Amino acid sequence: MAEQVTRKPYVREVPRMLWFLRHPRYMRYMAREFSCLFIGAYTLMLVVGLKRLAEGPDAWAGFLAALGSPGAIVFHLFALAFSAYHSITWFRLTPKAMPVQIGDTFVADRVISGAHYAGWALVSLVVLWLAGAF
Amino acid sequence: MSERTVELEVLRYNPETDGEPHFQRYSVTCREEWVVLDALNHIKETVDPTLSYRWSCHMAVCGSCGMMIDGEPKLACKTFLRDYPGVIRVEPLAHFPVERDLVTVIDDFIAKLTRVKPYLIPKEEKPVAAGEYRQTPAQLKRYKQFTLCINCMLCYAACPEYGIIPKFLGPAAISLAHRWNQDSRDGGRAQRQEEIAATEGVWECSFTGACSEVCPEHVDPAAALQQVKIKSTVDWYLAHTMPWLNK
Ligand code: SF4
Ligand code: FES
Repeated sequence: MAEQVTRKPYVREVPRMLWFLRHPRYMRYMAREFSCLFIGAYTLMLVVGLKRLAEGPDAWAGFLAALGSPGAIVFHLFALAFSAYHSITWFRLTPKAMPVQIGDTFVADRVISGAHYAGWALVSLVVLWLAGAF
Repeated sequence: MSERTVELEVLRYNPETDGEPHFQRYSVTCREEWVVLDALNHIKETVDPTLSYRWSCHMAVCGSCGMMIDGEPKLACKTFLRDYPGVIRVEPLAHFPVERDLVTVIDDFIAKLTRVKPYLIPKEEKPVAAGEYRQTPAQLKRYKQFTLCINCMLCYAACPEYGIIPKFLGPAAISLAHRWNQDSRDGGRAQRQEEIAATEGVWECSFTGACSEVCPEHVDPAAALQQVKIKSTVDWYLAHTMPWLNK
């Protein structure tokens, strides 16, 4: 019979809450995830705007005036910066998730993320057109 | 030949005598071209024969020398001492229990690897006399990158998700399942989906991307996992919107 071997593996605990402080790449990931909070907040603001619109011209005018306040402008700048960061970091990852193979070769990464930017621009143009910007 | 003295701080753990691990310092006179594994071998041969660690090929193909070097999952045989100016901290791979010193318990990974059936499950069995299962270069290209995995588990040590939720099937196992699913000769996808499309499969992944950053073979496991997510989502929609497609 084989000699008895005592095993007593040691488990090194990892922090459960602040795990992302362990490495810069985890913090970059959290920054990407965190940026979506601003996108969510912006969406909520749009919903509030819709509600004000439904309530009549006075409520709507009040909403527009509130948008011009310094606080609202600062919020918009933050929301713009964070949503740009969110979109750019995600678009950069799209070639990983959806590789396109034509024959023996894969379509270059920049073509795939480029197509996403093109789609983004197109949708933005349509929205601006619907909003009567042209 | 230039030589220099390098300080290594190595995590030691002896299950027979220690309650918990501790660091031990070694000074090693090393040569310019030495990797961390050379320093460990030098310590074991000349200073401290009790130091335990795994290695085999010394050329980044066997995948057994994975360890944390200055907090980063690395192959000890591919990590040059000259790239580290100060004291080098060497620890066993994170997220795995420590068996002894730098040796970890890898049973969990092996069990997961087995679960995803990382081998050819032929679409149609044919007798040997009928010849090989043939494949075009384009069909090979489709999955080639995912064949490069050497099972070194660096991706598991880098994955914060695996650190917190050890049930997660993890990057390499899912990438290898994907490798076979992408193979034109294979017909085992439905069997592998049971494991990889489950909650503890690919849906535990939050796409931190750490696995791909540390993978020494550029397998890009994060890419494989996102592709599995997309394919599994398509499956779900097809099954729910076009039930007649289900055989
Ligand atoms: S995917 Fe890369 S890091 Fe993970 S086990 Fe395979 S070779 Fe190692
Ligand atoms: S010893 Fe084989 S990979 Fe390092």
